[in-house]
Amino acid sequence: MSLAHRIIPCLDTDGERVVKGVNFVGLRDAGDPVALAARYNAEGADELVVLDIAASRDRRPTFLETIRHVAAELAIPLTAGGGIRTLEDGRAVVRAGADKITVNTAAVKRPALISELSREFGAQAVVLAIDAKRSADHWDVMVRGGLESASRDALEWARLAVAYGAGEILLTSVDRDGTQSGFDVALTAAISRAVTVPVIASGGAKLPEHFVEIFQEGSADAALAASIFHDGVQPIRALKEFLAARGIEVRLPC
Amino acid sequence: MKVTILDYGAGNVPSVERALQRLGAESLRTSSPECISNADALLLPGVGHYAALVRALDEKKIRAPLVDAIHRGVPFLGICLGLQVLFKSSEEASQLQGLNLLLGAVSALPPNVKLPHMGWNQLEKKRESSLLAGVDAGAYFYFAHSYAALDSNSAPAATCFHGAEFAAVIEQRNIHAVQFHPEKSGAAGARVLQNFLRLAA
Repeated sequence: MSLAHRIIPCLDTDGERVVKGVNFVGLRDAGDPVALAARYNAEGADELVVLDIAASRDRRPTFLETIRHVAAELAIPLTAGGGIRTLEDGRAVVRAGADKITVNTAAVKRPALISELSREFGAQAVVLAIDAKRSADHWDVMVRGGLESASRDALEWARLAVAYGAGEILLTSVDRDGTQSGFDVALTAAISRAVTVPVIASGGAKLPEHFVEIFQEGSADAALAASIFHDGVQPIRALKEFLAARGIEVRLPC
Repeated sequence: MKVTILDYGAGNVPSVERALQRLGAESLRTSSPECISNADALLLPGVGHYAALVRALDEKKIRAPLVDAIHRGVPFLGICLGLQVLFKSSEEASQLQGLNLLLGAVSALPPNVKLPHMGWNQLEKKRESSLLAGVDAGAYFYFAHSYAALDSNSAPAATCFHGAEFAAVIEQRNIHAVQFHPEKSGAAGARVLQNFLRLAA
């Protein structure tokens, strides 16, 4: 009996529609986050992440409406974020039905945002997203959707963010993201060793073996992917059965 | 029968409401002392900091009506912080007084494991449990917390283990409490809520 390794589908949206992960199957309205959320809830996903990757101010009400509709479909936890800059932004997504708030660029600029959110909602509700990219002998923190270097060491930033009150780290390898060549095991293992909070690995997943690797060698507590789930390339239930057969503890819903 | 949900501003109130709706139960969210005094069944959800919940109970003047109702035998279900507040105090804010309805105390989970204890975990049943009736022995429930009732004074119906054993399900007379989030625990969680509705009816 121990904590199960979590499998987390991620919906990247423009506020209203799922925009990444192209060939959706089995859905009449393919880019509809609400339909996908319902599907993942039924298929045994352990959690769902919904991001507003456009994160423009004028689209925010639409994104909040999306969170409300997605939350209504779920009997599992929901993490939402993208463009969270203030405590008020965090409150709005929680009120809309998110259990956790994910912060990224704004927290790099102003780490106090993490403590403000943590004080109000508890550390378990604050997920720090780190986009990390290999740079010589270390990993660099990237901001603005992975495009710009924050000139900051990812391990140091992870430790500092936990001290500020982050309760979980959503770690994306910019080098692996979109390559489908497997998670970044070295990066994830390094961050997982550096902090005392759970780490969600993201970026590069395609094969079930990639998940085995990230849990066994990367010490990830959870693994996140988008298009392989949306496309139906990797059904969640089959993935979990594969992991269970390899002796990795997962939740297999009846 | 209507379930009165104590709404002190916690984030998980809407999901608890939706979970009850899915089970066809009527619910009312309130922070009014009068509504609490008149409740048929009470549900205290909670997420976040212990201090925020305790302060809200006092600021909204709902501590006394809540304790009275529980003493009168009104069926009660506490979720997460709603379990922790039933004890006398918590290490998370040791200067604040809990409801002091159960023996024992709430302490921090040991630092040798990743905290918060976040994710899906299994239970170990200690005795017959109405809340767990019909729930598969291997079922997983969703937890998100760093503090827990670690001593066995509360005589839990089921425990969970993360660095230490702690109370996961408590059933004492009309007092029911779970450390996990049934509203976020898929079909197994829905069953626990349904069992509460059944015994409260």
